[in-house]
Amino acid sequence: MSGRIEKRFQVLRKEGRAGLITFTMMGDPDIETSFEILRGLPAAGADVIEIGSPFTDPMADGPVIQFAGQRALKAGITLEKTIGLVRRFREEDNETPLVLMGYYNPIYIYGVERFLKNAKEAGLDGMIVVDLPPEEDRELCLPALEAEIDFIRLATPTTDDVRLPHVLENSSGFVYYISITGITGAAGATESSVDSAVTRLRHHTELPIAVGFGIKTPEQAAEVARAADAAVVGTAIISELENSLNSDGTASSETVASVLGLVRALSAGVCQSATGTVS
Amino acid sequence: MNTANTYRAGPDPEGHFGIFGGRYVAETLMPLILDLEAAWGVARKDTAFTEEMSHWLKHYVGRPSPLYHARRLSEYWNGAKIYFKRDELNHTGAHKINNCIGQILLAKRMGKTRIIAETGAGQHGVATATVCALFNLPCTVYMGEVDIARQKPNVFRMKLLGAEVVSVTSGSRTLKDAMNEALRDWVTNVEDTYYLIGTVAGPHPYPEMVREFQSVIGEEVREQIMQAEGRLPDTLVACVGGGSNAIGLFHPFLDDPGVDMIGVEAAGEGTDTGHHASSLSAGSPGVLHGNRTYLLQNEHGQIQEAYSISAGLDYPGIGPEHSWLKDVGRVDYAPVTDGEALEAFQLCSRLEGIIPALEPAHALAHVAKIAAKLPPEHVIVMNMCGRGDKDIFTVAAALETDI
Repeated sequence: MSGRIEKRFQVLRKEGRAGLITFTMMGDPDIETSFEILRGLPAAGADVIEIGSPFTDPMADGPVIQFAGQRALKAGITLEKTIGLVRRFREEDNETPLVLMGYYNPIYIYGVERFLKNAKEAGLDGMIVVDLPPEEDRELCLPALEAEIDFIRLATPTTDDVRLPHVLENSSGFVYYISITGITGAAGATESSVDSAVTRLRHHTELPIAVGFGIKTPEQAAEVARAADAAVVGTAIISELENSLNSDGTASSETVASVLGLVRALSAGVCQSATGTVS
Repeated sequence: MNTANTYRAGPDPEGHFGIFGGRYVAETLMPLILDLEAAWGVARKDTAFTEEMSHWLKHYVGRPSPLYHARRLSEYWNGAKIYFKRDELNHTGAHKINNCIGQILLAKRMGKTRIIAETGAGQHGVATATVCALFNLPCTVYMGEVDIARQKPNVFRMKLLGAEVVSVTSGSRTLKDAMNEALRDWVTNVEDTYYLIGTVAGPHPYPEMVREFQSVIGEEVREQIMQAEGRLPDTLVACVGGGSNAIGLFHPFLDDPGVDMIGVEAAGEGTDTGHHASSLSAGSPGVLHGNRTYLLQNEHGQIQEAYSISAGLDYPGIGPEHSWLKDVGRVDYAPVTDGEALEAFQLCSRLEGIIPALEPAHALAHVAKIAAKLPPEHVIVMNMCGRGDKDIFTVAAALETDI
């Protein structure tokens, strides 16, 4: 594997704390602003960075991320330009893992082989592709593993113990546990249900476990961080961005600062809670 | 898939028709889709299930629908002998109810207590609301804001039938966005909800299951044409949006080499204008709504908005089996424009006393193109898959007539 994801979780273990994983949409609200946010994320406390790649028909996303994708597409972002942003990020930061999150069709049309080659060279570490379950592993998961890009799988409350080994079989990097059934931006899960889910997952895998969906505040991030190896925050960050925009939807002078400000607060929440549960 | 000299064996166990089909859904939905596949696998082999279906199709839907010799149109074009499969005479006025009866019975067997559906023209929404009323299940129908505005009679019908109609305001606010929103509902309400998809698209097993429920159309035609003509037809014609009425007519004939088949796509203002819904004639393979199929998309894999005067054909994709049938060359697909469909719509009304839906008016417009060139012994069967009552406002507006 590329090693950045694995190394980052090793460091977190040594520090005895969980990590913060952030999600922002590349191209939202414009390409340069999204890059300014991206390059500021490590210093603001993002331990792993998910970079969103928009799709016209994001069937697992709530309104906030749908609108972010629409703004990004309007701003002219493409997969090629997103790979370009990864390359620019790597000129300044060779340690923070970058994980691309999106839907399969834009990658399929770009060409799987070409995408993996260009993304690897640019410095991408992993991928989360929402609409590729293990049943379709031959499409992208297996070629990605061969190209040494982690293929991070989603596990959900509907993934039962019979199915879980199948889901984890070709997973690498970390496991992303979606704590609720629903779309991004919905209400969060209770602390106890996250605890028991993480315990269940640990019976099946040695991979680090990140938990997301519905985490909106530093307090909630801290709660999740007590049980899991990382907390993932997306919709809340994008809401913060949305609220900072000018009335015509363009970036204001506050946009970058307010997004990074929220990330700093979330990071502080996560860091407060030494996990003690990781081996 | 046709290695055993058959075009009817698909899909494979993973839901693929050649490179098309599959199960491209979020992990949350995967266990639900596997449950559905298992329940469908048991039900299709259970004679109690098929007998119950037959009962409702006969006594409630009104099947078999007639196979009607359209004498005046045949004379008008002075060529091929034209038959209509009269699926517009079904209860609720279209073929959609065939599939809804099958799926609602399956949903009951699976113990589901809430039904959701997407709809474009509203025909599938009405059919779903109808079976939900019949079987006493709550029903939520997702419909694009644009379609709600142009299909008001069907929106009111659904409400009369007790369904909740949710206006979808995301994306292009038409059928594809209604499907996205229905998937978002399903991913949220996984325990109790059954997603009743209206066409031969979506993840496996929907394309196969909906095809099987609609194949009653072609099976009846086989018997009826043998009685009427003593032989199989020469050409089958049906419109394709998602493609369920077409596959229902075609599938029982796929292994009869003497039967030609033509699927008619909506070309809107023309396939070279950018305003059309001809995914097979002018699209390329991609992945959307759980399956790989021909799609209208740009060079970056972003889905483009489809356009047609007919809300039922206004979808940027097509059922995966049609994509495969196109690529293997078993079925031909042809585009028909809004204008051509409108002309056929009026001609059929005046000559046959049948006001067709705008969807089969597309099929008829293609029949108009080929019938005159064919000899009188050439038998064409066209699927009259819906009636036109719902479209009179759209047509009046297109003809600049006040009603």
